[in-house]
Amino acid sequence: MKLTGAQAIIKALENEKVDIIFGYPGAAICPFYDSLLGSKLNHILTRNEQGAVHAASGYARVTGKTGVCVATSGPGATNMITGIATAYMDSIPIVAITGQVSSELIGRDVFQEADITGATAPFCKHNYLVKDVKELPRVIKEAFHIASTGRPGPVVIDIPVDIQNKEFNFEYPKSIDIKGYKPTYKGHSLQIKKIAEAIAKAKAPVICAGGGVVNAYATEELCELSEKCRIPVITTLMGIGSMPTAHELNLGMIGSHGVYAANYALHNADLIIILGARVGDRAMGTANKIAEKAKIIHVDIDPAEIGKNIGTTIPVVGDVKLVLQDLLAIVTKGNVDEWVANIEKVKAEHPLKHMEGTECGTVKPQYLLRTLSDMMGENGFVATEVGQNQIWAANYFKVRKPRTFITSGGMGTMGYGLPAAVGVKFGQPEATVVAVCGDGSFQMSMNELGTIKQNKLGVKIVIFNNSRLGMVREIQKQRYCGRYSQVFLEENPDFVKLVEAYGFKGERITSNLQVKDALQRMLENDEAYLIECIVDPEEPTL
Amino acid sequence: MAKHTLSVLVENHAGVLSRVAGLFSRRGFNIDSLAVGVTENPDISRMTIVVDGDDYTVEQVSKQLNKLIDVIKIKQLAKDESVSRELALIKVAASATTRSEIIQIVEIFRANIVDVSKNTLTVEISGSTSKVEALEDMLRQFGIKEIVRTGTIAIERGNKIIKVTNNDEE
Repeated sequence: MKLTGAQAIIKALENEKVDIIFGYPGAAICPFYDSLLGSKLNHILTRNEQGAVHAASGYARVTGKTGVCVATSGPGATNMITGIATAYMDSIPIVAITGQVSSELIGRDVFQEADITGATAPFCKHNYLVKDVKELPRVIKEAFHIASTGRPGPVVIDIPVDIQNKEFNFEYPKSIDIKGYKPTYKGHSLQIKKIAEAIAKAKAPVICAGGGVVNAYATEELCELSEKCRIPVITTLMGIGSMPTAHELNLGMIGSHGVYAANYALHNADLIIILGARVGDRAMGTANKIAEKAKIIHVDIDPAEIGKNIGTTIPVVGDVKLVLQDLLAIVTKGNVDEWVANIEKVKAEHPLKHMEGTECGTVKPQYLLRTLSDMMGENGFVATEVGQNQIWAANYFKVRKPRTFITSGGMGTMGYGLPAAVGVKFGQPEATVVAVCGDGSFQMSMNELGTIKQNKLGVKIVIFNNSRLGMVREIQKQRYCGRYSQVFLEENPDFVKLVEAYGFKGERITSNLQVKDALQRMLENDEAYLIECIVDPEEPTL
Repeated sequence: MAKHTLSVLVENHAGVLSRVAGLFSRRGFNIDSLAVGVTENPDISRMTIVVDGDDYTVEQVSKQLNKLIDVIKIKQLAKDESVSRELALIKVAASATTRSEIIQIVEIFRANIVDVSKNTLTVEISGSTSKVEALEDMLRQFGIKEIVRTGTIAIERGNKIIKVTNNDEE
């Protein structure tokens, strides 16, 4: 079949069963946008290329499919960088397609030229600069394969405009052979046997579940292991949702912004079973100290994560789900009753603060988030921004299912939540999708209100407005003697009027007593809806 | 810190070298030397990388390199089970009075004179890093004008070979 490069991209995307792409056109990607007309692909025009990547990320996270985003050369491509790095840190499968200046002009600093393969190399799983149109089908096939298998991640394909215009004989490859890419899925049986032995002997075991459990769809196996062997579970930020928040053995999030009982378990365990987590500094700041006291089992699909940040007693490379299935067949419970009872006691002695229904002139974010999760029920999705709002949501929103709590974990990218929520809503059109924002982070991506309006998306927005960059302010308060520097957002816009300008409703609340009614109105409204909550600037993160 | 030699098979196409070099800089690994050339299969290049670091660093280097899609295979070569060579061209000042002494030294090292001018000699030497350094040390007294050194290349002794295979077993 004779096709141009641009037509071939469309055809290849259809072959990969892509139904939605997020993007922003420009000169160097015009042939692609021309071919898009008349195709069945649903293209969502965002308001910035960064929004396109974040939306693709949100879409990928809730559907498990690979998110696709498109931008032009130069500034279009560089605007994508933050989104690509964010997806890389959180292992989200994305294929990002960028236009590039004409092949013969590459390297001459022509209009809108930027070396995007060079720029993204450190934080994408792989990238391609297509130099021959005949390579295009293979490259796209490989890109989707690489993005979605093994440890998922973003793949960038840079396609010069002349390649998009060149005609060639299109044939989509049926199979893939990449010599240097063969992920390991099945765990080594001998190592798995060692895990079972360690669990049988352990008196104080704990499971640390990371984003890998979510990625591997291993929730069922995780719960079964935890219940069968009575092993408490702690999660990283990315691991939220790997086990329901309300599960009796789920102690919550660990780390500098985590829950007391979870951190207690981590620091007092004699066996730590790390599943699909990379032992990041925010989760385990003192990994080596922890490893001195406990045996460490580390299961990860990425061999490079094992031994990187923590010494490991029993390393297992493999897919968490498959490893757990093999383990469940042979594992037996250890003598852990005393430990579990102790943990339960610690948990009861250090509950999360609730602050229900108090009249205080401000809204308690913790209370609102708890109430929101109760009211949203099974089919509720939350996408958070970054800052205090993220930690409040992580600790107080009761997550019921995996892939419903969407947040920028590794990169901590402000401006992620709102565009991610756009992608979530496209991935789960029937679900209630709430973007949880701070007044600072909301303003980093509020241009995406335009995308919400254009597509009549019923994305709900909750803004915790403390007129501050609250998390930074807190750091300055605690570690810089209260010398506040550039953290005041006193001249915020009127957020309610702002969304009204986009044609949907909003309201401002100032008391916990208004929370239930306001949430009710928001959830009953099919359209986009904003609640701005006035929050005490002194409200601590923990 | 100890030096470790890694033999790395990579896809022979544009951008691979920058991916490998970039990985070293952004992960804070130190490259002692890096030599690259095409293999018996024109689609595949071999990089010989000498890394300075402890066991943790070398393990991390190997694992991170393995994550690069263009990297096909990595093997760490043990010193006593491999042959390693580097090549150096040394331009040394030589007058009528010193020329013969320099030639004697060169002969002792089994090195070659590859170019000569009125006041210089250019010496070609191949061998282990320490041999090259020893010659350099001997020639320094005459005045070294310029040295060009390749990185180390290395190959396993005996009938073992590092090759690309499509199945993981091998």
